[in-house]
Amino acid sequence: MPLDAAPQPPAILVENLCVRFERRGQPEISAVNGVSFSLDRGKVLTILGESGSGKSVSLKALMGLLPPFARVSGRIEIAGRDILKLPASKLAQVRGGEISMIFQEPMSALDPVYTIGQQIAETIVQHEGTDQSTAMARARQLLERVAIPSAARRLKNYPHEMSGGMRQRAMIALALACNPSVLLADEPTTALDVTVQIQILMLLRELQQDLGMAIVFVTHDVGVAAEISDRMAVMYAGRFVETGTVREVMHEARHPYTAGLLSSTVHGGLRNQGELRTIPGSPPSLAALPPGCHFMPRCREAVSRCASEPPVVVPNPGAMVRCVHAEAQHPAGGAPA
Amino acid sequence: MQTAHQSAPDKRDRGGAAQPLLIVENLRKHFPVRGGLLNRQIATVQAVDDVSFSVRKGETLGIVGESGCGKSTTARLLMNLIKPDAGTTIFDGDGVGEAGGITVTALRRQMQMVFQDSYSSLNPRLTMVESIAYAPRMHGLPAREATRRAESLLAQVGLNPAQFGRRYPHELSGGQRQRVNIARALALEPRLVIFDEAVSALDKSVEAQVLNLLNELKARLNLTYLFISHDLNVVEYISDRVLVMYLGRVVETGPATEIYSRPRHPYTRALLASKPTLDPDRRTTVLPLTGDPPNPINPPSGCRFRTRCAYAQPRCAEIVPPLAAPLDTLAGAEPEHLVACIVPEAQAAAEIVHAA
Ligand SMILES: Nc1ncnc2c1ncn2[C@@H]1O[C@H](COP(=O)(O)OP(=O)(O)OP(=O)(O)O)[C@@H](O)[C@H]1O
Ligand SMILES: Nc1ncnc2c1ncn2[C@@H]1O[C@H](COP(=O)(O)OP(=O)(O)OP(=O)(O)O)[C@@H](O)[C@H]1O
Ligand SMILES: [Mg+2]
Ligand SMILES: [Mg+2]
Repeated sequence: MPLDAAPQPPAILVENLCVRFERRGQPEISAVNGVSFSLDRGKVLTILGESGSGKSVSLKALMGLLPPFARVSGRIEIAGRDILKLPASKLAQVRGGEISMIFQEPMSALDPVYTIGQQIAETIVQHEGTDQSTAMARARQLLERVAIPSAARRLKNYPHEMSGGMRQRAMIALALACNPSVLLADEPTTALDVTVQIQILMLLRELQQDLGMAIVFVTHDVGVAAEISDRMAVMYAGRFVETGTVREVMHEARHPYTAGLLSSTVHGGLRNQGELRTIPGSPPSLAALPPGCHFMPRCREAVSRCASEPPVVVPNPGAMVRCVHAEAQHPAGGAPA
Repeated sequence: MQTAHQSAPDKRDRGGAAQPLLIVENLRKHFPVRGGLLNRQIATVQAVDDVSFSVRKGETLGIVGESGCGKSTTARLLMNLIKPDAGTTIFDGDGVGEAGGITVTALRRQMQMVFQDSYSSLNPRLTMVESIAYAPRMHGLPAREATRRAESLLAQVGLNPAQFGRRYPHELSGGQRQRVNIARALALEPRLVIFDEAVSALDKSVEAQVLNLLNELKARLNLTYLFISHDLNVVEYISDRVLVMYLGRVVETGPATEIYSRPRHPYTRALLASKPTLDPDRRTTVLPLTGDPPNPINPPSGCRFRTRCAYAQPRCAEIVPPLAAPLDTLAGAEPEHLVACIVPEAQAAAEIVHAA
């Protein structure tokens, strides 16, 4: 990019995203409680968190896939446009076009009664208005792009005729059909064998570099995060408790939860190393979140001040920690990263 | 990991310390695949094919391998949940189901299994204490004693019986439910516990708690474990010895430290190299293995891995490689590390070589 060009808006900007589930007769669930991030084209942000921390709900909110009783608030910008302000028809065009999503279970994205080729071509026709044969030719290129062998023949396959790894590739091809600038990936490798998982991770890495997409990748697996991310956000009880570059977060975790999660993850070479380190207790109920720091009840470093809202500390540009202890080291607090 | 106090010698120990607790020989299970209008058998899945191994008293044997390689089928065969097509099982020196051996019913008491899905393996209408006390009561323990045993087991797996004993499954977290499943498996005081992906569904912070618990219980109660998992790091951590399976067969077995530091089978090497790194500066750059595992219906002849192996030679298609000492073993040595591969270069290689 020439130096004098106008600065490009980030591929995706999310500000203070909140999701509450309100259903009559049931306790209100605060699943996402103020998530903010921005991501440039060609970068991968991984959201790392344990079960129920709000990872999938966050992505579904961005894609507009939540049920009607979900209360979504905040700001979502794609390439500088506030998409929640768009009329419904335009919004549908953005979702599935500029921003698309892949899932853990490919069958939830693929339709069992149409061939892979028909599904990809249909998406292209719908979003770009091309004719059927052009769309089918593009579909074949896409299958080749995701390294499906004998792509021409595979176009005619139904999803159930493919192996798990192959279906995952087909779903990625479908998600790439309209050249999205933002790809949301919800644990796309969790159900796969390690040998196939690494293939898919390397494929996504390559595609993201070649096509310059921004990828928001959700996982509970620290190793997967280390393989794929440029930036990481650690999520706990609906909030980012720490963000930073993958190296910052993996090598110099600042939040006690991040540190606990990393040290309780069983990694190679631990044999005969004695007891594993653990985080005591379990995550809080989202229907009754403790006031202040949500991690306080399990935190070994908790102090009385943790009972009030934790400060948002910015140790360096682009990084963020929500913890009183980080404040001591980096007194100049600031806005969330 | 070993706790200080060891329990008294087990009265049930018949064969002595040198007798493996479990010996499995040439175990085989082929499932018919039916189809067509008449629902005739059109093929067979060779889920477990000529599998042999032993589990020593007090050890943890880990089983790894890709989805569909036959890990769960092996476990279900051992538990007698399904009937083998062939093979013998010897428990503490006694042939299972043989004349003069040990009956399947007697074996069931000494061998228990914990599954992955913590929710569906608990009866939703029973409290935790009732669930744990159920099997001992069925085996004739009076109600009051069964309850007492259940409460003691709850405490042993780190759940306060006063707090959790009267709860129902939906009132517990996944990690707590899995602890109850472990307590339930221990209720009949088994000697061997089979874990089939028992920690796989747990969050990492909870998984570590449960793994510590398993190690502690094993030492305290003199248990022997068979631990099945697709998580290679967890298997390395918990196992003394490891069995690597590929498409229904054992391709490599040996002490965990040796398998992980010097894998001899090209498949084991590829599997280990596929583990995601934890260091962002040392990401995987060479694809360890291409393609998916082949269909277990009509697996390749000879060595089943040959279609994905960079070292495959014509004779690999003709010979079923025996599980044997590595080819560079010194004469007279009796290594514990065995590999099912007939190509010397494939066994000796240190690096991943990309299959063409
Ligand atoms: N449709 C819904 N109605 C009510 N609650 C919901 C709904 N979807 C999700 N939740 C709740 O929101 C919380 C966050 O769920 P989410 O699916 O985002 O978790 P996650 O981080 O993706 O976890 P996992 O790793 O298990 O996939 C959970 O407590 C979940 O039960
Ligand atoms: N009851 C059955 N009928 C037919 N085929 C079966 C049956 N049970 C298992 N199989 C097949 O046998 C093979 C081995 O299955 P098994 O469940 O033992 O694999 P696994 O190693 O436990 O895999 P995973 O890691 O996915 O749990 C698979 O191809 C499976 O589809
Ligand atoms: Mg999820
Ligand atoms: Mg299984």
